Amino acid sequence: MQAYLKANQRRLAPWLFLAPGALFFVVYVIAPIFQSMAISFYDWDGLGEAVWIGLDNYVELVDDEAFYVSLKNNVLWLALYMLAVPAGLLIAIFLNQTVWGIRAYKSLFFFPFVISQVVVGLMFSWFYAPNFGLLYAIIEAITGQGVAILAEERFVTYGIIAAGLWPQIAYVMILYLTGLNNVAPDQIEAARLDGAKGWKMLWYVILPQLRPATFIAVVVTVIGALRSFDLVSIMTTGGPFGSSRVLSFYMYEQALSEYGYRMGYGAAIAVVLFAIMMVFITGFIWKMWRDEKDH
Amino acid sequence: MVQKLLGGTALAIAVLMSGSAMAEKRTLVFNTDTSDPAPKAAMEQLITMFEAENPDVDVVVNMFDHEGYKTAIRNFLTADAPDLANWYAGNRMAPFVKAGQFTDVSDVWKENNLAEQLSSSLASMTIDGKQWGVPYTYYQWGIYYNKDLYKQVGVEVPKTWDEFIANCAKFKAAGIDCVTTGSKALWPLAGIFDYLNLRTNGYDFHMQLTNGEIPWTDDRVKATFKEWEKLVAPGYMTANHAALEWQDAAALMVQGKAANYVMGNFAVAVFKDGGMTNDSLGFMVFPEITPGIPRAEEAPTDTIHIPAGAKNVADAKKFLAFVARADVQTAINKTLGQLPTNKNATVDASDPFLSAGFQTVSTASGLAQFFDRDAPAEMAKAGMEGFQEFTVKPDRLDAILERLEKMRQRIYK
Repeated sequence: MQAYLKANQRRLAPWLFLAPGALFFVVYVIAPIFQSMAISFYDWDGLGEAVWIGLDNYVELVDDEAFYVSLKNNVLWLALYMLAVPAGLLIAIFLNQTVWGIRAYKSLFFFPFVISQVVVGLMFSWFYAPNFGLLYAIIEAITGQGVAILAEERFVTYGIIAAGLWPQIAYVMILYLTGLNNVAPDQIEAARLDGAKGWKMLWYVILPQLRPATFIAVVVTVIGALRSFDLVSIMTTGGPFGSSRVLSFYMYEQALSEYGYRMGYGAAIAVVLFAIMMVFITGFIWKMWRDEKDH
Repeated sequence: MVQKLLGGTALAIAVLMSGSAMAEKRTLVFNTDTSDPAPKAAMEQLITMFEAENPDVDVVVNMFDHEGYKTAIRNFLTADAPDLANWYAGNRMAPFVKAGQFTDVSDVWKENNLAEQLSSSLASMTIDGKQWGVPYTYYQWGIYYNKDLYKQVGVEVPKTWDEFIANCAKFKAAGIDCVTTGSKALWPLAGIFDYLNLRTNGYDFHMQLTNGEIPWTDDRVKATFKEWEKLVAPGYMTANHAALEWQDAAALMVQGKAANYVMGNFAVAVFKDGGMTNDSLGFMVFPEITPGIPRAEEAPTDTIHIPAGAKNVADAKKFLAFVARADVQTAINKTLGQLPTNKNATVDASDPFLSAGFQTVSTASGLAQFFDRDAPAEMAKAGMEGFQEFTVKPDRLDAILERLEKMRQRIYK
């Protein structure tokens, strides 16, 4: 035994160091995923006897309007949240200058990311609020008829996404600012000597060097869009009449909220959300693995 | 721990001796969500009174945040049950009763003749012919209105629904919302629906509907929505109510922008905080729609239960009998500013809203608990969402009712 340990020290050490973290990861992350999958086959209110109903929860899901509304909103979130990447890049380039006081500007732009999502949600709720909200008042002054964004099923999801973009753009901006710090000055100089400037410089010289930053920005934005729970919960609780629900909120509503306690059905929604996330996560992991192998 | 008024020295001694004193005392653990100021004071008063009468029992209170309690109760009932817990009457307690988490307290009702004294709550506390808790307070719903606006527009307090709608036209002409509400949290709309349905189809029909015995596509349900449409179609209700909290709508009434508000009596405190007084705030019973239907009212009841895992059941039952008593209910409801459920109790006559409420509720032919307590939680949620959609898009009524009917067939099977 002793001899075996000694002989394989180098091979075993990383696993030993990983062991505590891996153990917790398995117990608190991996195992619950499979537990959720198991629960999704039951009809269970969290208190009484769980009844095995097979695929019934999924069958119901297929026929559930609220599920499709949530799914559609999730797709909207994914698509529009991506705006944070170019917007963050633009602001980062704008702020990447050496002007007196630029650090103060940078911190101001970063500020929205520091405040809690709950506060962001409350602030935007007041911004949109009928009668006294700033945006409502502006629209009323221009068109004569105010629009209560959060009470209007056509606009409500866009209103919440806009609120979510505010801190997300700041986050992406920071990622790009650190990326811009690492752009090699000699390459820029060389490009300049070759006559590149403006868009060409950005596209052919700067952006390729920002690829790691872009990759991280896309990853965090996709994840952020898919777990868009807190803003929905704070700003509308899924309303008006369920039109701003997203999958994560619908799952919470069905499984854990005051009128829910359908653990099985909630778990089924979670499994669907997990499947959607898996598509992206596998993509990201595959890309990372490929990059690592190349180097 | 319940605070006791003791002198400094006495307190110090009490602390030193508490170890031995506690050993002789039996403890009663009470989990409650009465964390708002008035309910908290009332609960402390109740416990002081109980401990004074039962010096050998020490009541330990775990106070929960009101909203958080709704989640917490599911955990502590199964994991670490107290001896007593607050909850609500009607269908709200059904899941706990069916899961065997509440103790049958029919014997407390029998021994103390509660079926007679608490007769108005008997139905809502009974499941499978047994009683599962004791009610200690309820409050009336009705229409609160701005008296100044009634004077300004020159209309009388209506007796019938038609008069009410006629008044609305005048309020509309004056640029005032006739009926205000803030439906961001959905439930305020359920109050309006309950009253419209109680007045259009009567108590028995309403109970059958919330029990899932009547299809939502029934013509009588449609008739209820037809009455609602009289408010919705001409724009007599506050616009954008889906983005408002119920307190925001109360502010509209205080500011003179809205005339009527279908609400529970707890709103009076909010109106008065906003500056309304007994002179400017009025209360009326929801007007008659179908002539001749016995008048039923909405009166949600708060209750105390013994969890199945309680350790000190004997004292818990003593506590329930105590809280059901007329004199105790009179005292704590005075602090609460609500109505006692014991019919031999009395209310504070100087409060016009409580007197009116007691009058309204005690002469009603039947008491509903409120839509989200009479209907099972899932149906309540779907229903209230439907009401919200209807008040914004009345032309979708048929689709909404079909959706609710689909839900009903699944939920009540």
